[in-house]
Amino acid sequence: MYATDFAYHAPASLREVVALLQQGDPNGGEVKVLAGGQSLIPLLKLRMAAPAALVDLRNVAELRGISEEGDGVVIGAATTYFQTIDSPVVQRRCPLLVQAISQVGDPQVRARGTVGGSLAHADPAGDLPAVAVALDAELRAVGPNGQRTIAAKDFFVDLLTTSLDPAEVLTAVKFAATDRPHTGTSYQKHRHPASGYAVVGVAAVVMLNDDGTVQAARIGVTGAGAHAARASGVEQAIAGKTLDDATLTSAVASVTDGMELMSDTYASSEYRAHLARVLTKRALLDAAARAR
Amino acid sequence: MRQTIRLKVNGVERQGEVEPRTLLVHFLRDGLNLTGTHVGCDTGQCGACTVLLNGDAVKSCMVLAVQADGAEVRTVEGLAVGDAYHPIQQAFWDLHGLQCGFCTPGMIMAAVGILKRNPNPSDEEIREQLEGNLCRCTGYQNIVAAVRKAASDMQGQPAAQPVGASAAGGASGE
Ligand SMILES: Cc1cc2nc3c(=O)[nH]c(=O)nc-3n(C[C@H](O)[C@H](O)[C@H](O)COP(=O)(O)OP(=O)(O)OC[C@H]3O[C@@H](n4cnc5c(N)ncnc54)[C@H](O)[C@@H]3O)c2cc1C
Ligand code: FES
Ligand code: FES
Repeated sequence: MYATDFAYHAPASLREVVALLQQGDPNGGEVKVLAGGQSLIPLLKLRMAAPAALVDLRNVAELRGISEEGDGVVIGAATTYFQTIDSPVVQRRCPLLVQAISQVGDPQVRARGTVGGSLAHADPAGDLPAVAVALDAELRAVGPNGQRTIAAKDFFVDLLTTSLDPAEVLTAVKFAATDRPHTGTSYQKHRHPASGYAVVGVAAVVMLNDDGTVQAARIGVTGAGAHAARASGVEQAIAGKTLDDATLTSAVASVTDGMELMSDTYASSEYRAHLARVLTKRALLDAAARAR
Repeated sequence: MRQTIRLKVNGVERQGEVEPRTLLVHFLRDGLNLTGTHVGCDTGQCGACTVLLNGDAVKSCMVLAVQADGAEVRTVEGLAVGDAYHPIQQAFWDLHGLQCGFCTPGMIMAAVGILKRNPNPSDEEIREQLEGNLCRCTGYQNIVAAVRKAASDMQGQPAAQPVGASAAGGASGE
């Protein structure tokens, strides 16, 4: 199907992007940001989205690029998946991003899709939201009221819904670096055999004490509930413990607590809860092995 | 409202008038008559429409033509140099990496992208990296073999840099 007609803008500065979003459409239609288009263009083709205008970020150089900032790595919102995983800084400081992004879709999607687009889209089966939650990401946005910073755990609020205002644009995301002593990370995904998206995906960061017990952990889960979320119950249950089988089995029992579990023809809510437990266990064990 | 776009396709400067909603694949096929790029699905899953956009293999049904304004595009018509097939085309021919041929242009353009990022992939890597391309004739065995052969044929020799001017398919500018 063809998309409905829309106006197209490709401004060269963030200031113009914000102005176009703020100005809106004279007839009250929707004005949307276009980044890699790998989620938005399919929606336009299916006419599930029919914006009056698109504001393309492709000419806005200030929204691309990767830099180190203190204890984290800052990635411009319009930086592509390929640019992200090809970055030596990301490879060294946030290997979890590389491991997860390498499993997103296919190379053609990774060439176009962007870090900001993937988070702003907030697909309940998207891979990056789980990583953003586990890497305590700080999302930076600019809108009519200036700049603000949103913590990943407050960013994803529902199915395909974030706490961004429609007139706000995501400018960059700061991910906590994990190149620290006794720290390991892992992303474990049960891939949907047809779409490639995560049926469930679990991202884990594990910090160990000298004696091998868990000092702290951060766990992000995608695919199970309507939006990516932290599994704080599991994090607390393993703190101070050795990751033996009994500890893990009892700790992961609570992984979907508080999540509104999704259910569809491929995976029931019970199966999703099961996958979340199994994948959390695997992610924690793999992250701990890498932490040693 | 129609917009004018200018882009380099297979080494030749082209321009066209498109509505913003026009997909790059439709501009290539209907606007430039480069019908080697196929459309096999509505959802971005089949990869039949794969072309190189500024050097990256992308699905041209998932790119608006206006997004390619100022870009360089290479389609399957732009791979051969004169009468000499690109090593990947030759390997698909030699190893029978196709049956009906519908998916083949997309497979070949995806393979160009794969070998550019990883000139010497294992069979498993080839299969993984072809995730975005579907073949209804289930000829994956020979497709993988063809990509592997092309990789070894291309080793040591400078990556084929087709000039492509002769391969624009006779389409005239809009
Ligand atoms: C065949 C296929 C397979 C895929 N498989 C997977 C998979 O396995 N895992 C996975 O996670 N994803 C998958 N995806 C989706 C892919 O990851 C998308 O690239 C990503 O979800 C969206 O990023 P984008 O840059 O393409 O955003 P776009 O499609 O351009 O935009 C998506 C949404 O985000 C908004 N937006 C974009 N950028 C910003 C910004 N800076 N500020 C505010 N709003 C913004 C847009 O307005 C739109 O609503 C797949 C896609 C396809 C086509
Ligand atoms: S036609 Fe583009 S992916 Fe199927
Ligand atoms: S050869 Fe027929 S679809 Fe692949």
